[in-house]
Amino acid sequence: MADASASTGQSQRKSFFQTLELDTRLLGMIGAFAVVCIMFNLLTDGRFLTPRNIFNLTIQTVSVAIMATGMVFVIVTRHIDLSVGSLLATCSAMMAMAQTQVLPGMGFELNSPIIAPIAILVGVLTGAIVGAFQGYIIGYLGVPAFIVTLGGLLVWRNVAWYLTTGQTIGPLNDTFTLLGGISGTMGELGSWILGVIAVVAAGFAIVSARRARIRHEFPVKPMWAEFALMLVAAVLILGFVWILNSYDVPSRVLAQRFEASGTTMPEGYTEGYGVPYSVLLLIAVAVVMTIVARRTRLGRYIFATGGNPDAAELSGINTRLLTVKVFAIMGVLCALAGLVASARLSFHSNDIGTLDELRVIAAAVIGGTALSGGMGTIYGAILGALIMQSLQSGMAMVGVDAPFQNIVVGAVLVLAVLVDIIYRKRTGAA
Amino acid sequence: MVDRSGTPLVEMKDISISFGGIRAVDHVSIDLYPGEVVGLLGHNGAGKSTLIKCLSGAYRQDAGEIFVNGEKVSIENPRDARDHNIETIYQTLALADNLDAASNLFLGRELTTPLGFVDDAAMEAETRKIFQRLNPNFRKFAAPVSALSGGQRQSVAIARAVYFQAKILIMDEPTAALGPQETRMVAELIQELKRQGLGIFLIDHDVHQVKELCDRAAVMKNGELIGVVDVDQVSTDDLLAMIIAGKKPEHLAA
Ligand SMILES: Nc1ncnc2c1ncn2[C@@H]1O[C@H](COP(=O)(O)OP(=O)(O)OP(=O)(O)O)[C@@H](O)[C@H]1O
Ligand SMILES: [Mg+2]
Repeated sequence: MADASASTGQSQRKSFFQTLELDTRLLGMIGAFAVVCIMFNLLTDGRFLTPRNIFNLTIQTVSVAIMATGMVFVIVTRHIDLSVGSLLATCSAMMAMAQTQVLPGMGFELNSPIIAPIAILVGVLTGAIVGAFQGYIIGYLGVPAFIVTLGGLLVWRNVAWYLTTGQTIGPLNDTFTLLGGISGTMGELGSWILGVIAVVAAGFAIVSARRARIRHEFPVKPMWAEFALMLVAAVLILGFVWILNSYDVPSRVLAQRFEASGTTMPEGYTEGYGVPYSVLLLIAVAVVMTIVARRTRLGRYIFATGGNPDAAELSGINTRLLTVKVFAIMGVLCALAGLVASARLSFHSNDIGTLDELRVIAAAVIGGTALSGGMGTIYGAILGALIMQSLQSGMAMVGVDAPFQNIVVGAVLVLAVLVDIIYRKRTGAA
Repeated sequence: MVDRSGTPLVEMKDISISFGGIRAVDHVSIDLYPGEVVGLLGHNGAGKSTLIKCLSGAYRQDAGEIFVNGEKVSIENPRDARDHNIETIYQTLALADNLDAASNLFLGRELTTPLGFVDDAAMEAETRKIFQRLNPNFRKFAAPVSALSGGQRQSVAIARAVYFQAKILIMDEPTAALGPQETRMVAELIQELKRQGLGIFLIDHDVHQVKELCDRAAVMKNGELIGVVDVDQVSTDDLLAMIIAGKKPEHLAA
């Protein structure tokens, strides 16, 4: 009897989620993430889920998450990129050298407003060129991506070393470091405005998708399901903004700010940090990459090639050029990640991005990107990066020894793939 | 009766191609007229698929020339073939398993919105329309094609060829995975397309089917062309003899 009632309960819940057309695997990941957070929150007596720690977790995740979105495309096309951590270092070194040595040598002050844009451009171009070059060797010359990027792992790490002669390069330009996290945030008002814009955009996306289906006379979800989705999106977005706004700037810092502007701080004045610019950059990357994946030919061809390279080729897709494009995108994202990572430290260090290839690949895979190709989502990879970072920070807070931290992270990666394989077998998705 | 007085739609002259030491296709010449179905017969590994892949752009012939509407063309890749209105249904059903029927149907030629984004809703609508005609029972428009049966996958491949209004259609064992009813549907489709003036190369192991659907049959063995015969002038036994013995029947040999 108990069995029967349990199973009907399950089938009802299933149909509930089916009505919402939510991806069960996404729900699984969110569930795993929630479990990790709650577990660490209990183990740390509530220190894990404070605004301060959530803020830190967010800015620590950005760099890996940016690269993970690109790794989705790489793995979807059945390749791998082991060079991302090293390429990040080369891009970071190029940007650091440009702003501290080359441009000042040409007569620009370190903090002149023109420095940051030029330095970023240099980094992005470096990433694009190196990525395209590796993509060319893979796509046109036929050397497996595993080998090309394994070589790249060594090459670009040491190109970075050569460029900086192994030294730490800093301090960096003030505008540049705004993208590092705590050094550049939108403030409370700006963050609320961003939140409202995001909610409106989400609502607009849901409505326009529905309109398109009605126009072509396809079945649509019931209205309550659309509203429920919209409500969940609004709560998540505004909740996130609220948490980041609740992390107050220390009064010492605020007092300095008032002093600098020649006024004194009113009694009891507080101000929250709000959304960091680096997170804004990640959101922008995520939106663009999702649009590329779902709404452009490039994205369609990336997934088709991953699903069946021969079919893609026979359908007239230039799969070699596609490989070059995918790796060039990966390179650009490495540059953006390098920007965020070095800005967060406010200097370039010789070991920047070390072992990031592991974190990035793990994030993509935990986020549901199938190593057999053809399957993966951008939001999944970002969530994967967040789960990895939560595990690592949580263990550090609990006081787990460093070797055990790494052992757990490595084991979780393998376990995630195993769970994924079992899940796919169960649901019959190849 | 097919009118063969004008210029042929396709003329493949003296095509040869080798893989390593194996001559997969050895000096084969074959032509195709508008409104004609030419069957390609031969045992496994005879070189049928390889020959037509030179026309569809999947392979590049080592020697020989291809003419479309009397003009010499150079087909380097599948895109060139499409530019000459040549569509192919491959034996291996070149579909991306992870994408749905509509995405596969339009792969490489997506419909886009004015802003240049792929228009999935429009593509799904067009796909529903064409399936209404080809396979009215088909419902799985949202599922990836890996979730379809062999026959349903085949109908996706056929829909793709038909939708883009091919002038020259290559069908490599299109009914291999189909049940009797679906096979009949493909046969009717071939006859309809033939009436519309398409030229069709049909590779098939079933000599009865070839006799029923085709105007001429070309028989290959070990990469060589044994002969091209008018199906009305031969019996199925004659065709079988050609395939097995590799010789033209006595009464046509002269
Ligand atoms: N890509 C390739 N590389 C090497 N050899 C090949 C290749 N493609 C075909 N061959 C060889 O060429 C010959 C002809 O093959 P093909 O696929 O054209 O045969 P077929 O007549 O289509 O046979 P079937 O009826 O089994 O489909 C065979 O000996 C095959 O092994
Ligand atoms: Mg064949």
